[in-house]
Amino acid sequence: MKFTPIYGLLAEFDTPTELVVAARRAYEEGFRRMDAYSPFPIEELAEAIGMHSDRVPLVVLVGGILGGLGGYMLQYWINVISYPVNVGGRPFHSWPAFIPVTFEMTILFAGLAGAFGMLALNGLPMPFHPLFNSSRFAFATRDRFFLCIEAADPKFDLIAVRTFLESMNPRSVSEVPH
Amino acid sequence: MDPQERVAEKISVTEGRPPVIAPGHTFGTITDKISAIVLIRRTGIGWLIGFGIGFMWLMILLYAIAYLVYRGVGIWGVNIPIGWGFAITNFVWWIGIGHAGTLISAILLLLRQSWRNSINRFAEAMTLFAVSCAGMFPLLHLGRPWLFYWLFPYPNTMNYWPQFRSPLVWDVFAVSTYFTISLVFWFIGLIPDLATLRDRSQNRFTRAAYGFLAMGWRGSARHWKRYETAYLLLAGLATPLVLSVHTVVSFDFAIAIVPGWHSTIFPPYFVAGAIYSGFAMVLMLAIPIRAAYGLEDFITIRHLENSGMVMLATGLIVAYGYIMETFMAWYGNNPYDKFQMWDRMHGPYSFFYWLLITTNVLIPQVLWIKKFRTHPVLLFLVSTDVLIGMWLERFVIVVNSLHRDFLPSSWGMYYPTRWDWFTLFGSVGLFVAAMFLFIRILPMISIFEMRQLLPQATVKAEAE
Repeated sequence: MKFTPIYGLLAEFDTPTELVVAARRAYEEGFRRMDAYSPFPIEELAEAIGMHSDRVPLVVLVGGILGGLGGYMLQYWINVISYPVNVGGRPFHSWPAFIPVTFEMTILFAGLAGAFGMLALNGLPMPFHPLFNSSRFAFATRDRFFLCIEAADPKFDLIAVRTFLESMNPRSVSEVPH
Repeated sequence: MDPQERVAEKISVTEGRPPVIAPGHTFGTITDKISAIVLIRRTGIGWLIGFGIGFMWLMILLYAIAYLVYRGVGIWGVNIPIGWGFAITNFVWWIGIGHAGTLISAILLLLRQSWRNSINRFAEAMTLFAVSCAGMFPLLHLGRPWLFYWLFPYPNTMNYWPQFRSPLVWDVFAVSTYFTISLVFWFIGLIPDLATLRDRSQNRFTRAAYGFLAMGWRGSARHWKRYETAYLLLAGLATPLVLSVHTVVSFDFAIAIVPGWHSTIFPPYFVAGAIYSGFAMVLMLAIPIRAAYGLEDFITIRHLENSGMVMLATGLIVAYGYIMETFMAWYGNNPYDKFQMWDRMHGPYSFFYWLLITTNVLIPQVLWIKKFRTHPVLLFLVSTDVLIGMWLERFVIVVNSLHRDFLPSSWGMYYPTRWDWFTLFGSVGLFVAAMFLFIRILPMISIFEMRQLLPQATVKAEAE
């Protein structure tokens, strides 16, 4: 990563529509190292900055398969191999009785994989981030909408980017120090 | 168009039905109003009294548990033939209450019922605390509660493994999975709001505490996208989970051959009963909370009415369950089943059976009348009645079926002792104390989901 004197330029908007329009225009301008920040999820926004899919469903699927297989195999191993007990003449491998626990383990592992996988893919926990240096950024969790074009972007040029951001009528444009 | 006009436009669309959020709110006012309850509002005398009562009963619970550990389960009224008594009655009752929280947060999310957004957070908290209360009872009932971990399959020097053909072991997995997933779902839902509290808090300690819990959430569009996917998938996983949990709980009964338990109607009717009592608890919490904290803007009459309708519908399913139980006892022509039903209606516990029918089937029929669904006080009273009724249902199922089974020589009676009562009311105290702490230190309404409900949250067409 090249050394940059600042983290990026942060533009602040009042409405979700303005932010989505700005994000789309920035993407069209060729900026890629950027992110948009909003106080609630906006469907169009990730698409606007060029993120078309996420891998959370895959993680959940893998978690669910591992949980289900693990749960069933655990019961098979215990009841057939390690500790076979004759219960009312039922076969050792009495699979219908193993379904509830298999199901619960599938849900448990899929759910945990979804939650922790989402956090891991998001790079959280991350208690410190350059954006928190910006005094305006606290409003990103209240009622303001932000677009940050990062200095690490190959097309980043302080003056040009500032002019570009200001052309979209933001409430303010500020530099984010590292 | 300014926000006011857009709100007016939105209201005209939904005219005739009360709105899910009162007009005139902006992103800022919603954030400030909900976060102020936690951050700015002083701890009121009402909160202290409520928490104090809950805490007092919690202390009684701890006393009862300490004495139980010292003396053993003999301090309760349980004995052969009624080995389950209050402990299992309370277990099933509490876990059923928890189910409404998951229904509201997961199933209504999948069904795109956006009115759920203002009640899902505390309904999920209710689930967590109710499942905690529930999970306690089977463990205390073990006799040697400190050996509870024997229930889990782990390599041990006794060379022993759990018996996976038993519904009691399924229960361990179902309830512990349910608690874990509910906790994760609730916490994931809290993260963006914890970030809001972090950014709004005025002193270092609260900022550090909420900041620690928020894990550095900054509302990035990429994060939100993964977040929404994960949240939706968790809802999709929690939906079959919640249905499976009470199904497995009902298997504890239905797999046994005891007359009055051995029935295929149990799983659906237990699940319906769970949601029935859960919504009653949601209303019992929501009605005082909205009055005490002035949240009528967010928890509107529409929420109360919808919950009342869910209660009416699930109550009718439960009533159908009672009718089918009675019908099958007659139609199945099994003398033991027939006697069990006769004994419910005319035996020594018949008072509780008829009280159950009155509280759970007859009185809730007033919910057909709109006034009872929209008047907070009346709805509160109906909810109380339903919670009592659902507790009685579990009592009748557990005690009445066990007290007279196949052999008259082994019939018996069950009388709860003071320790049974202390444990029951003590668990209510635990629940109440936990709920009061929750509404004091965490946002009881999901702030970010409320923002989404505003008309100005929609991206306008010119952005396309």
